[in-house]
Amino acid sequence: MGMPKVTYIEYNGTAHLVEVAAGLSVMRGAVNNNVPGIDADCGGECACATCHVFVDPAWLDKTGTPVPGSQEASMLSFAAEAEFNSRLSCQIAMREELDGLVVRMPQGQH
Amino acid sequence: MTTQLHDAYSIPLEAIDVSDPQLYQDDAWYPYFERLRREAPIHYCRESRYGPYWSVCKYKDIMQVEVNHGIYSSELGGIAVEDPPKGLERESFIRMDPPKHDEQRKVVSPIVAPPNLAEMEATIRERTIRVLEGLPRNEIFDWVERVSIELTTMMLATLFDYPWEDRRRLTYWSDVAICNVRAPDSPVHSEQEKFDELKKMAERMAELYNERAKQPPKFDLLSMLAHGRATQNMPLREFMGNLTLLIVGGNDTTRNSMTGGLYALSQHPREYQKLRDNPALVASLVPEIIRYVTPVIHMRRTATQDVELGGEHIRSGDKVVMWYVSGNRDPDAIDDPDNFIIDRPRPRQHLSFGFGIHRCVGNRLAELQLNILWEELLPRHPVIEVLAAPRRTYSNFIHGMRSMPVRIPMH
Repeated sequence: MGMPKVTYIEYNGTAHLVEVAAGLSVMRGAVNNNVPGIDADCGGECACATCHVFVDPAWLDKTGTPVPGSQEASMLSFAAEAEFNSRLSCQIAMREELDGLVVRMPQGQH
Repeated sequence: MTTQLHDAYSIPLEAIDVSDPQLYQDDAWYPYFERLRREAPIHYCRESRYGPYWSVCKYKDIMQVEVNHGIYSSELGGIAVEDPPKGLERESFIRMDPPKHDEQRKVVSPIVAPPNLAEMEATIRERTIRVLEGLPRNEIFDWVERVSIELTTMMLATLFDYPWEDRRRLTYWSDVAICNVRAPDSPVHSEQEKFDELKKMAERMAELYNERAKQPPKFDLLSMLAHGRATQNMPLREFMGNLTLLIVGGNDTTRNSMTGGLYALSQHPREYQKLRDNPALVASLVPEIIRYVTPVIHMRRTATQDVELGGEHIRSGDKVVMWYVSGNRDPDAIDDPDNFIIDRPRPRQHLSFGFGIHRCVGNRLAELQLNILWEELLPRHPVIEVLAAPRRTYSNFIHGMRSMPVRIPMH
């Protein structure tokens, strides 16, 4: 079995299939592979909300949603256009069971 | 510079007081923070004109304070090392903790959300081109006045939908809001006078606010405040405070990045040439300018409980100052931080916008304005001679540049 893969879909529809080693964050997978659309200004500290993604609803059970009252929930509440399936991708750690994960990017990170 | 270096390293560590506004007006702060980062990264200054305070000087420690807003409050003592003037306080959401901070911030943040930025881009570009094409050639002029203030004031007038012909009033109120009343060139000379001028601002804005409250909601800050549930019926001081926040945040910082960016390029001619050779570098130039200039010098918090930070024991009620100018020059977080390098691999990893729930709401608008400026400047005026260092503001809070003489040579 190879490394787990994530599909990142840009706002314009361009898809990027990327291998992300278990333990790395979904944000890091995008940044390390120069996938556009994830800015990650704070470098993974859950402090800026510029790695905002929409998790494909089919995957929400496995990724989970932010714990209410958490720093992630708080930062996401300020993101433009947050939805029920919004996550900060720096807070999703890659693992085998997420192999095949699909995430979509917002129009812009803010 | 030699004398300053000597001073920074020869005085006793505990005597270092980086809150002295003179250090920023003279651009002399670097060696003091270099020493603090090495010898006392969480430094206690026992005596200053603003009372005792902690200085947080390293990037990672600043981040720690930023994300723990429950421990480090913005509401208890405000956001500047200098306490708000007694009896003349002006609340605003940057000086609040959750939940009220969150409610008010969410009222205004859609104006700078990505879809609205996309709509504003063409207008900003068209105006920028007009300003740049109107610049004189072979003649000395003030870059701050002709470009930085002009562009950011127009932006501000648009954000507020403020009467166009009176827009320089906004610049004036911004200058009043940030000035240190003890500086000789300050537009006002006492806290009372400052309060009175900002009250006039609030009265003028209230007329517009009341008109917009009666009209259907539209996409300008006054209409949004008038229709937002969390910002309707604000008491006068809070109205004053929030307007001041939006005016200063919406223009002053970008103004100084517009000036500081050109100055930085003029001091680094190889980087300037690299940019002319490859204008695509504007994308990484802009965040590097914002890091290098660090338009907000510090933000202050107040500890809500006893807490340990970087091995130091901070007591409940202590003033904790995050020096962004220092964190942005921390070699443990940023490679070769004292150099201005326009093609850094991760240029947006800087502290200039802050982090956590108070992170600059207009950060992407600021970047957009600077991107457009440089994209339109390079083909029109590839060479701009900076004739003297900028004259700087006497402030330990806003890293202001008041004037900078430049000349665009004949082709």
